[in-house]
Amino acid sequence: MKAKMEEANQEAASRILKGKPTLIDISTAGEAIPEMKKNMILHAGPPVTWDRMCGPMRGAIMGGLMLEGMADNKEEAEELAASGDIVFEPCHHHSSVGPMAGVVTWSMPVWVIENRTFGTRAHCTLNEGLGKVLRYGAFSKDVIDRLKWMAEELTPILRKALLGHGEIDMKTLISQALQMGDEGHNRNRAGTSLLIRELAPHIVLLDEDREKISKVLAFLHANDHFFLNLTMPSCKCTVDAAADIEGSSVIVTMARNGTDFGIRVSGLGDRWFTGPAGTVDGLYLPGFSAEDAARDIGDSVITETAGIGGFAMAAAPAIVKFVGGSARDALNFTRQMYEITVTENDSYQIPGLDFRGTPTAIDLVKVVETGILPAINTGIAHKEPGVGMVGAGLVKPPEKCFHDALEAFVEKYGD
Amino acid sequence: MDVKKINDLFKQDLVIINMGLESFAENLRREEVRVLQMDWRPPAGGDQKLVSLLAKLGR
Repeated sequence: MKAKMEEANQEAASRILKGKPTLIDISTAGEAIPEMKKNMILHAGPPVTWDRMCGPMRGAIMGGLMLEGMADNKEEAEELAASGDIVFEPCHHHSSVGPMAGVVTWSMPVWVIENRTFGTRAHCTLNEGLGKVLRYGAFSKDVIDRLKWMAEELTPILRKALLGHGEIDMKTLISQALQMGDEGHNRNRAGTSLLIRELAPHIVLLDEDREKISKVLAFLHANDHFFLNLTMPSCKCTVDAAADIEGSSVIVTMARNGTDFGIRVSGLGDRWFTGPAGTVDGLYLPGFSAEDAARDIGDSVITETAGIGGFAMAAAPAIVKFVGGSARDALNFTRQMYEITVTENDSYQIPGLDFRGTPTAIDLVKVVETGILPAINTGIAHKEPGVGMVGAGLVKPPEKCFHDALEAFVEKYGD
Repeated sequence: MDVKKINDLFKQDLVIINMGLESFAENLRREEVRVLQMDWRPPAGGDQKLVSLLAKLGR
C-alpha cells in the first residue's frame, strides 16, 4: 500500500503544481455558480445548520437576506433564516470559497477563476475591506450600502476593465506577490498593488464618470486585502484538480464555519471530517480582546491547502505585525510545513529561503505521524452578530479531524 | 573499547545534541554546557491506536 499511496500522492502534488489559475470574468453568483438558487445562501466551512451557526455567520446571513431584499431588518432576517425556507450549503459544494463567514447570495458579484490546465472553476465574492464588513458578521446600513455600491458601480467598471485587459494569469501574479512580501492569505498588499497595475490603464480608458473611476481606484488602494478574494478561488480551482485520486492521502480541503473545522482528503471523495473550530491566538483592534472573539472561521484556509498563506509565511515577515509573533516565527512556520507536505512548489518561491518552493500538498499521513498541524493565519470576527472584525492571529486546527480521516483512510486502503 | 578516544572527547569543549527527554538538556544547561535540543517526538505522539493505523499503511 505504501508504494501505491506514494504514487497517488505524487500524482495529486503534480496536479497542484501544474494548475494554472486564470481570472476570466466577473459575474454574479446567480449566473456563474453551479446549482445556485435564489433561496440558497452559501457559507464557509463544512455543512452547518442555522441552530449551530456562530454569531458572525448568523450576522452575515441576516445581512445577505437584507441585501437581497428578502428581509427589512434584523428580526425579519432572523425569522426567515430559521424558518427552513432558506437553503444553507457550503461554498465548497458549489465550486466556490468565501472568506470568514463566506456568505454568498444570489445577486452578489463573483470573480470567476478557471484552472486552464484541468478546466476546474472556482468563484469568490469581491473583498469589502477590513473592519465592519459583512464577512465578519456586520450588517448595518453602511455595510449593506457598500455591498450595493460594489455590485452597481465597482463591479461593472472592473468587468469592463478586465474585458479590455483580457484574462489575467493568477499564478504569475501570486508568484510575484510572494517575491514582494505577501503570503496570499493575510498579507495581500503586493498582490492588490499588482492587480491595480494590471487594471488601472484599462479603467481610466472607460467612458465612465471620472468621480466613479476615482472612487473605484481609491477603494482598491485603501483595501490591502482586495487580492485575497482572488488568491482564494485561484487556490480552490488548483487544489480541486487533485481531488478524487484513488489511494491519495493528500488533503484537498480545509475549511471552517466558526463551529467546526473540516477537511476532505483526495482518496476519500466528498466526505468531511470535522472537529471543533479553534480559538485564535492573535492581536486585537483597540477596544477588543480575546473575550470578544468568535472561533476560527472561513474558507480562506484554502490558501494553506494549496501551499501559500501560513505555509508561505517565510515570504512575508511583515505579516507578524498583523497576526502576531516574530519574523523568526514566520520563517519557522514555513520550515516546519515541509515536514507534512509531499512536494515543494515550482512557482511559488521564498526569497528568504534562497528561493525554495513553498511546502505544497499536505499529506494526511504525515500530519498524524509527525503530530505537526498545518500552520494557519486568520482574521478574527466578533462572536456576536453585527459587530465585525476584532483582530487577526494564528490558529491550530483540531487534531480530531485528522485522526478520524486517517481511520477512514485505513479502513478503505489499509492492508 | 578505545577509552582514550572517549577521554579525549571529554577534554574538548563539547556541544551536545539531545534527542529525547528535554530534562537531560536542562541538566546540562545548568552545568553551563552548550546543548541543542532536537525537536523530536515519537510517531503519532506515541498514541498506540494511531501507530497501529499507520502500520496498516506500511509506515
